[in-house]
Amino acid sequence: MSSASVLYDVPGPKAILRNRALGVAVVVIVVALLAFIIYRLFATGQFTYEKWQAFTYPYVWSQIGLAVLRTLGAFAVAAVGSLAFGFLLAYARLSSNKLVRLPAAAVTEVLRAVPVLVMMMLLYYGFGSIQGISMSSFAAVVIALVVYNGSVLAEVFRAGVESLPKGQAEAGYSIGMRASQVMNLILMPQAIRSMLPVIIAQLVVALKDTALGFIITYNELLYYVRFLMSQETLGRPIIPAVIVGGTIYIILCALLSWFATWVQKRTSRSPKVKVAETHHPGNPGDQTTTQLMAQQDAPEELQRHIDKNAPPRTGGHGF
Amino acid sequence: MGVITDNLDIWIPALLGTLRIFFFGLIIALVLGFIVGAMRVSPVPIARVMGSAYVNFVRNTPLTLMFFIFAFAVPPLIGYNNREVLGILAIGLYTATYVAETVRSGINTVPVGQAEAARAVGMSFGQVMTHIVLPQAGRSVIPPMMSVIIAFLKNTTVAAGFSIINLGMMRSYMSERGENMMVVLLWVAAIFVVLVFILGAIQNFLEKKLKVAR
Repeated sequence: MSSASVLYDVPGPKAILRNRALGVAVVVIVVALLAFIIYRLFATGQFTYEKWQAFTYPYVWSQIGLAVLRTLGAFAVAAVGSLAFGFLLAYARLSSNKLVRLPAAAVTEVLRAVPVLVMMMLLYYGFGSIQGISMSSFAAVVIALVVYNGSVLAEVFRAGVESLPKGQAEAGYSIGMRASQVMNLILMPQAIRSMLPVIIAQLVVALKDTALGFIITYNELLYYVRFLMSQETLGRPIIPAVIVGGTIYIILCALLSWFATWVQKRTSRSPKVKVAETHHPGNPGDQTTTQLMAQQDAPEELQRHIDKNAPPRTGGHGF
Repeated sequence: MGVITDNLDIWIPALLGTLRIFFFGLIIALVLGFIVGAMRVSPVPIARVMGSAYVNFVRNTPLTLMFFIFAFAVPPLIGYNNREVLGILAIGLYTATYVAETVRSGINTVPVGQAEAARAVGMSFGQVMTHIVLPQAGRSVIPPMMSVIIAFLKNTTVAAGFSIINLGMMRSYMSERGENMMVVLLWVAAIFVVLVFILGAIQNFLEKKLKVAR
């Protein structure tokens, strides 16, 4: 934790006492809060067998499993789709042709400004209200996620490309590469590498946003949790169902975040990245939005790496 | 335009509902976010652990689930059932984790040498923070904080899934009145595009104004 030790000296005897007192105060507050919650859980009989009996049936668990698969299915399709759509928009926005660049910029900005839920409703209810066009809830969830996360990712890719030193593209042109070759072989691979933590953080967002699907009746995990908690014969297990569903979501997202850390560690070990960094020291004081967004989303180990890369701001606001 | 002018009695409360969630949720998110962010850089190890536990826990939870917990699980526990207040708490607690991370990374952007130099000339911890670190951190925090706020504005629509009155609810209200849902939803989207662009313009302005040549 080099970041934390910057602000204060190694504590002396007085400071140690004060820190201990503060630590005790924090623990007391948190324990009191947790104790109150657990007391209320007991007092309202949430730990009785009747409330949890739903989770003794294998059938319920198999249904939960299927619901998780539907969540993951929507996520997988949306992740692949938004990466593809993101590339498409980024290429268009980086094009040298004005007729391609300007519409792409407008589309990206507008799509990024519409809330994902409104987009889902537009696709599901809006198109559904037009005769002849109807969309399954799965398609609505996936398309909305692709459109939104794709436009956020497009900005991430673009920021990655624009943060590269000019010499990279110039060197490509000087050995006779075409613009598309320069982009595909030189700029994009470097941009993706430096933006990887941000890209995966955005995919975690996509995974979390699949949960919005239950509002437009896509029967994913949260939809099934809602169904379970309304079952009279199972004793309306509201809180047990929320605990089980919440745990599954947290595990899924934590796995993906952990994967982000792992990928980052692997790529930062690669000698290619080291070379790229020495060529591009960046400006240590010029903190940008992208960096900060990346830092927020990236685990602590990544941050020193991101600091060095210093890509320009994307104005990204995607969570 | 007819969809809006004929049904102003619903559009206005819905817009006010969105603004209420936005305003009060933002207060909770900023206050709690600053406290948790401060905990995460504090010299008290247990506070750092608690802070990061909260952030990692809530940030790996979908916002929909947060609303779910506050709409369905909390009322039977505490015997309080005002959907809007509980919804504001849900989105406030969720956004607070993003505010906390923004604050923390803002403080981390101040170069080590700054705090070290301040300590070397004999400043106390309070002086280091108020004179050296926070003024510099504040500048680099504001643009990304605006991004958090913009995302938060868009997230207020999730409240629609839990019958809290806001713009996201317009579809169900308007379909009861037999309006074309496509038109209604396009208007809702347009309102959000305008609101987001306004916030984005403020962000750009602040970013230019606060840019420092370091």
